[in-house]
Amino acid sequence: MTFRTILRHLREGAKNVIRNGWMSFASISSIVISLFILGVFLVLSLNINALAGQVESQVQIQVYLEPNTTKEQREQLHTEIGNMSEVSKVEVVTKEEGMKIFRENLGEDGKELLSGYTEDTNPLPDTLVVDVLEPTTIPTVAKKIEELKKTTTEKVIAKVKYGEGTVEKMFAVTDTIRNAGLIVVAGLAITSMFLISNTIKVTIIARRREIGIMKLVGATNHFIRVPFFIEGALIGFLGSAVTIGILFTGYYRLVKLTQVELGLMLIKLMPLQELWLSVGGVILGLGVLIGVWGSTVSIRKFLRV
Amino acid sequence: MIEMQDIWKTYADGTHALRGVSVRIDRNEFVYLVGPSGAGKSTFMKLIYREEVPTKGQISVNGFNVGRLKQRKIPYVRRNIGVVFQDFRLLPNLTAFENIAFAMEVIEAPRKLIKRRVSEVLDLVGLKNKANSLPAQLSGGEQQRISIARAIVNNPSVIVADEPTGNLDPETSWGIMNLLEEINFRGTTIIMATHNKEIVNTIRKRVIAIEGGQIVRDQVRGDYGYDI
Repeated sequence: MTFRTILRHLREGAKNVIRNGWMSFASISSIVISLFILGVFLVLSLNINALAGQVESQVQIQVYLEPNTTKEQREQLHTEIGNMSEVSKVEVVTKEEGMKIFRENLGEDGKELLSGYTEDTNPLPDTLVVDVLEPTTIPTVAKKIEELKKTTTEKVIAKVKYGEGTVEKMFAVTDTIRNAGLIVVAGLAITSMFLISNTIKVTIIARRREIGIMKLVGATNHFIRVPFFIEGALIGFLGSAVTIGILFTGYYRLVKLTQVELGLMLIKLMPLQELWLSVGGVILGLGVLIGVWGSTVSIRKFLRV
Repeated sequence: MIEMQDIWKTYADGTHALRGVSVRIDRNEFVYLVGPSGAGKSTFMKLIYREEVPTKGQISVNGFNVGRLKQRKIPYVRRNIGVVFQDFRLLPNLTAFENIAFAMEVIEAPRKLIKRRVSEVLDLVGLKNKANSLPAQLSGGEQQRISIARAIVNNPSVIVADEPTGNLDPETSWGIMNLLEEINFRGTTIIMATHNKEIVNTIRKRVIAIEGGQIVRDQVRGDYGYDI
């Protein structure tokens, strides 16, 4: 294929989009509608994912120490836990700090309740608060810490707590949400591929005659196919671009409305700049892919004989 | 040169379109194909430009065994055959000029050459002033001239015309015939299926009559031979 021919194909492909104005419009509309629905679900599932991640990352392991633990013992344990590969952070909360947090949490009501406890009668133990890199490893890490009890002759660890049972259930729920989101998005992606390629098929059937004439004057199959291929890609690209425009404008306004104007801090939406690349990439990639695939598959039928 | 040897064509629905046709058409001949509708004229022509393949028998066009042509070689054989239809088959979205140029773009001719050659054939068919008109803006006769221009633009050795005057009024038909004669005079073989008695009886050429899928008559300077 010469450079001139490539230019001709590009020109023809672009011209065809304009020449078959209404058909292109139909294809682009169907791409926009399908991809928009897909996009909404994609954004939704990304947000739910982020939310699930946020909830998960709040899970920590509390290691309560025996009341008579010395500072050296505590520091040794601190390093031992800190050396575990799954652990991201170990924080010491001394009993004084613990009481302070306790008082803060209880607020006004606690003033009276906790008034009897002074520095000497503080019943709270020193605590190590352990954060992990991957929330799902919490139960394993907790077990590992539990096992440290056996290696030391002196009793240092009183209790290891991480919300056993509850945490496992929560992970099950967030996992389900993630998988459901994935299935919905994948299902929508496949549906829109068929819907769109069908529309493109109709536009190509309408041009059977044109293809017949091309063949009659001696065009090779390749020569016939390439402009349709480019046309499909262009339609897919235009469709995705419009979708992205609508979706992102809408989402941006939604974020602004809920987070800034209404101050709904309870539902924390991801800011647009955190998801535009992945969502935009998926929509654009899928749109162009569908456009090309739809036209290539449809045209193959007419190229026999 | 076109040569058919004992050609049989049976369609998938069981229709026997051609039964044992043998014929030889030499370079630069002008041949009328006559016969009732459904006799096999269209199949005869389709075999030449490889729209159909024979069920049995051998057909060669310009030395190519078109019955056994590899799929990817078909386009190259078609480039040497111009086809003209009763219904013109122009691309409705392209101007007259673009419709003709299209046949040259397909064979990847240089743009300069396309421009020159398309003007040349537009001149030949007498429609230089209609270059930028769309098919819908042209009369039937003009559209057929454009389709003939498209058929000859790549200098094919053969023109196959399936009732080229079928949709045209008598006066316009004579104009088209003059054009085809002129093209034939310049060295192109012409095979034309027609039902036009007056034309066949006036412009005397070789006549091949097909009935029931067989050649029933082949005259050098024949007449139409049917009442309608």
